[in-house]
This record gives sequence, C-alpha cells and structure tokens, in this order.
Amino acid sequence: MQYQKRSTPFSSNPQSLFSLVDMAEVLLPEMLDISNDTSSLTSSQELLHVLAVDDSMVDRKFIERLLRVSSCKVTVVDSATRALQYLGLDGENGSVGFEDLKINLIMTDYSMPGMTGYELLKKIKESSIFREIPVVIMSSENILPRIDRCLEEGAEDFLLKPVKLADVKRLRDSLMKAEERAFKNMMHKRELEVNDIYSQLKRAKI
Amino acid sequence: MQRQVALIKQSLFDQGYLDEQFMELEELQDDANPNFVEEVSALYFKDSARLINNIDQALERGSFDFNRLDSYMHQFKGSSTSIGASKVKAECTKFREYCRAGNAEGCLRTFQQLKKEHSTLRKKLEHYFQLARQAGPKETARRPK
Repeated sequence: MQYQKRSTPFSSNPQSLFSLVDMAEVLLPEMLDISNDTSSLTSSQELLHVLAVDDSMVDRKFIERLLRVSSCKVTVVDSATRALQYLGLDGENGSVGFEDLKINLIMTDYSMPGMTGYELLKKIKESSIFREIPVVIMSSENILPRIDRCLEEGAEDFLLKPVKLADVKRLRDSLMKAEERAFKNMMHKRELEVNDIYSQLKRAKI
Repeated sequence: MQRQVALIKQSLFDQGYLDEQFMELEELQDDANPNFVEEVSALYFKDSARLINNIDQALERGSFDFNRLDSYMHQFKGSSTSIGASKVKAECTKFREYCRAGNAEGCLRTFQQLKKEHSTLRKKLEHYFQLARQAGPKETARRPK
C-alpha cells in the first residue's frame, strides 16, 4: 500500500516535535493501509478458524463439511483431550507458543468418552488465553438441565444434533459482526490518536 | 437412467428409509465435492459395522451390561441420525428403551430387527449410489452456486 510520505524539514525540528511527527508518520499510513483494505476481514488470512471436537467419525465429517461450506477454516479432533493438546492446555508444555494460535470458535459434542464437552468447556473458560473464545456445545439429546448447565458455565450456544447449515451460518455471521465491531473500535481509537497528534503539531505550528 | 435414479431416491424417502437429514447432506455437495454423501455413507457403514460387532459380542457373552449396551446404541443412534437413516434410528430408540427397562429379551429381538434394517439400507444405498454415478452428476442434488 503506497502512501505519501510527508516531507518534514528534519534539520529545523526541535527534539520534542520530532517524535510527534514520527508517530504521525507511523500511524497515518497504517490507518490508510487498513481502511483501504476493505476485504481484510474476509481475505484468506482472516477466515474464521473453528476447532471442532467430536468422537463420532460420521459427525466429524459432517461438521467439517458444514464449516467449510460456510467459508471457515476447520481443525477437527476426535476427543476433548486432543482439543486440549491442540490448545496447549494439557499441562504438557504450558501455554508457551500458543498465544499466537488464532481460534475464533470452538464447537464440541457434549457426550464423549473420557472428558465430556462440558468438562472441556470448563477447562477452556479457566484458561487466561482462551477463555474469551466462544464455545458451542452440540448434543443429540434435548435435556434442559444439561443446556442450562452449559450456558451457566459460559457456553455461547447449545445446538441440537443434527446441526443444520443454518445454525452454522448464524454462528458465523454473529462472530463476523463481533469481529467487525472490534475492528471499528480499534479504527476509531487510532483515529483519535492521530487527531490528537495533529492538533499537538498544529499548536506547535509545524 | 436419470429418471430411474430420481425415482429410486424418492422411494427411499417415501418408504421411510431416509429422512430430511439425507437431503441436508445432499445440499452440501458441489462440483468440488461431488461424492460427499457417498463418502459419509461409506463412513457410516464402516462405523456401524464396528458397533454391531461390539454389540453382538456383548450379547453373546450372555451377561447383559445394559449401561454398556445403551452407550453403544447411543453412538449408533447418533450416526444414524446424522446420515438420515430413519428406520435404523427408530430401532436404536427401541433398543435403548428396552435397555432402560432392563428387558434382555426385548433387546435381543430389537437388535435382530436393527441388523435387518441396517443391511437393507446398505444394499439400497449402494444400489442408489452406483446408479447415480452411472447417470452422471446431474442427478444428485446440488447446492446452488
């Protein structure tokens, strides 16, 4: 992304204003970069990445297809234990190196041998790195106390199996909206920062 | 040929072998993934063969561990639901009810019926997929672009 570099008479700038100009030069092109790249949220680097957890082979294939059809990047694992390994929450390595792992959504089956989806949900909500990630529980059984328990523990949603394409699209859309809101807030904050710098520059009569 | 395929599919629905979930699966097929339903189906029959084997062995042993049997059947019902295998699913539900009632005789009877339905469905689907492949890609339902 090309931008016009503002030419400044460096030699005649006092030291205190130098840093303001530097900051402006960094922030302004970054803002132009972001605002001109209107597809940044939907470009291939920014696909929603979903971690799906299910012990059933058939259901894994099904949910993977549902997610791919909905333009999501998918990682599928066959147990809660493997999910924890993937996230680095299994206590083996600590969370070193997993801060950069970008997961936007976790979808897990409820009834799984070993660790259930509910127990996985709890572990995720206990993690400082991953607790903000929305977790959706899927179950073939419509048991109200089960649903309540999951929602109380912080589940984003509870889907009855078989999951429908419409459910996945609805989830994806609400996640995209949340990302867009966060993005707009960030842009607004940057704008305020840049405006602040320029008014300082103006006052210093640059 | 294509009409024949359509008729076979329709009869599978009309006779209750398949339900709307099968149509949901077909909706997920496209040019890049033209055999998705057949692949899921193959996976289902592989998985359910394993479960049938486990249940057979458990029943042959004579000691009725109803919890364990119910657990196997929960898995069986789950994958049958995901593929839209309506009659098989119904037998799974019946079996689980007998488990909960501790009715060994009912379990045995239902399991025989379940195996029959399972086998029938497998044959019918194999036939359907074979014809569909011969008829060409037009006949299977596709997602609009």
